[in-house]
Amino acid sequence: MVRVWKFGDSINTDLMTPGRYNMTNSPEELGKIAFIEHRPEYAKSVKSGDVIVGGRNFGCGSSRETAVMAFKANQISAIVAKSFARIFYRNCINNGVVVLTAPADFIDAISEEDQIRITDTEIINETKGKRVSVLVPPIVKKFKVCGGILGYLKTHRLEDLEG
Amino acid sequence: MIFMDGKTNDKTIVQKIFSARAGRELSVGDLAVVNVDYVLAHDTTCAWAIDPFYQIAKRVFDPDKIHIFFDHAYPAPSTQAAQLQTKIRNFANEQGIKIYTDGVCHQVMAERFLRPNTLLLGADSHTPTGGGLGAFCAGFGSTDAAVAMATGKAWIRVPETLKINIEGKLGAGVYTKDVILSIAKDLSAEGANYKVIEFGGSAIAKMPVSSRLTLCNMCAELGAKTGIVPADEMTAQYLESQGRAQPFEFLRSDQNAEFSDVLTYDISNIEPTVAKPPDIDKDVSISEVEGIQITQVFLGSCTNCRIEDLEVAYNILRGKKVADGVRLIVTPASRQVYELALRAGYLEEFSKAGAVVTSPGCGACLGRHLGVLDDNDVCVSTSNRNFTGRMGSPKAQIYLASPATAAASALAGKLTDPRRYFKK
Repeated sequence: MVRVWKFGDSINTDLMTPGRYNMTNSPEELGKIAFIEHRPEYAKSVKSGDVIVGGRNFGCGSSRETAVMAFKANQISAIVAKSFARIFYRNCINNGVVVLTAPADFIDAISEEDQIRITDTEIINETKGKRVSVLVPPIVKKFKVCGGILGYLKTHRLEDLEG
Repeated sequence: MIFMDGKTNDKTIVQKIFSARAGRELSVGDLAVVNVDYVLAHDTTCAWAIDPFYQIAKRVFDPDKIHIFFDHAYPAPSTQAAQLQTKIRNFANEQGIKIYTDGVCHQVMAERFLRPNTLLLGADSHTPTGGGLGAFCAGFGSTDAAVAMATGKAWIRVPETLKINIEGKLGAGVYTKDVILSIAKDLSAEGANYKVIEFGGSAIAKMPVSSRLTLCNMCAELGAKTGIVPADEMTAQYLESQGRAQPFEFLRSDQNAEFSDVLTYDISNIEPTVAKPPDIDKDVSISEVEGIQITQVFLGSCTNCRIEDLEVAYNILRGKKVADGVRLIVTPASRQVYELALRAGYLEEFSKAGAVVTSPGCGACLGRHLGVLDDNDVCVSTSNRNFTGRMGSPKAQIYLASPATAAASALAGKLTDPRRYFKK
């Protein structure tokens, strides 16, 4: 069963992968230290397919891509937030991690016990009977299909994105 | 030019910089692939760029345009850091890329490499610092840096520009850091999300490059893509002082360019300002926090540790002693700053005052070495972030302030209005 991990506003990347712990090249190790100080039970209990829900300015602060590498290692199926900080947002896109923005009231209504289903066009809170449509930018779709920008560049040129 | 339907082909300075590098005219909101003039990475972010790089390329597009800095944890404070640095050194050697160990990447880029009207892709969130030289400098992740090293390009959405005009004259004891913290209070930590902040106004025209770098550095904390101060005579003088005089265009946003908003701040009545932990936008006048006991003062970082900042601190600390129970740590932003401060006698005075003077680099700013905080520490820092756990223990408290406020607080042993110590 997929669960929701809900966080508040201004969750910065230092909280996601603190500098004291993230000096490693191993995605697996990074997955183990995600939120290690902010929410220790996360890394111990997170399962493949879980969804992270955040408030405003999710991923602000340092550009460290270890935050995204950690969530990718945790096999998070999507990150849904009221708004994202730009470097974190594009790090997610480049890594093929699904990032979606949703209205504040929809986010506020989500509890961690809720069943969330995400399609290409909608986020559905089946428990609360709420749904919102999502607009997925073309670049997000293009990269996700290839597993990220590196996969994309094996069969495309970067300039193809402008097409 | 404005067309009959109200649309304009007037451009902002950033649109112009992007258009020149995309080979076509760009509108705000366009997704474009642009050539980059420089790529920057450091001892943390470069390590995570190497494997991605080798997945898509064998040779970098141009080793002379790639700048790697060892600054975040240098010299290595742990075997983990040393291992990552060895990995980066091997990569740099293979590719013919030079590694710089002369201080914080953004400071050294500004001193030695950045030119106006260029585009810097930096694998570090404070890359916007370079906007103080009229260049578009933005922060990216390690994968973007790998792609840029391989191709010399980046995908980017053309941002909106928020115009901020700064007017008036700062009072004694009040500095640029106080200005940007006041703006942060007004705009919030996401108030400029995805936008470029373009600075203008009479106060900007008179502002030295050192202060412009501070302003643009802190734009990262407002969610902005970057900050930029269009290059002018001040910029030319700075480049000349760095031995890099070369003609450049005084590129400007067009008369009728579209800005998302135009804000004006009169700085004449701004007071010394402090960001309360753990938020950059919970800013208050120093009078509201004066008297809070502190245990550490960090005078350092790419935000506020240029020679001008050290001079301000020197004028306050000279001939005095740091309060008992307070650690004052001085970490010049670059080798150049260090040498200038040495020659001027500043470092000796700091040492006599009881300060720890470290080698140039990021130092205590991010909690890896040279002044890590414990649970009960209360630190006044001239840097740019006071998140929970930023400088060490998640229980430590970090107040962000100007070098003057930091120096005054070090003497008093508590948060202190620098105007009490200010000498004209």
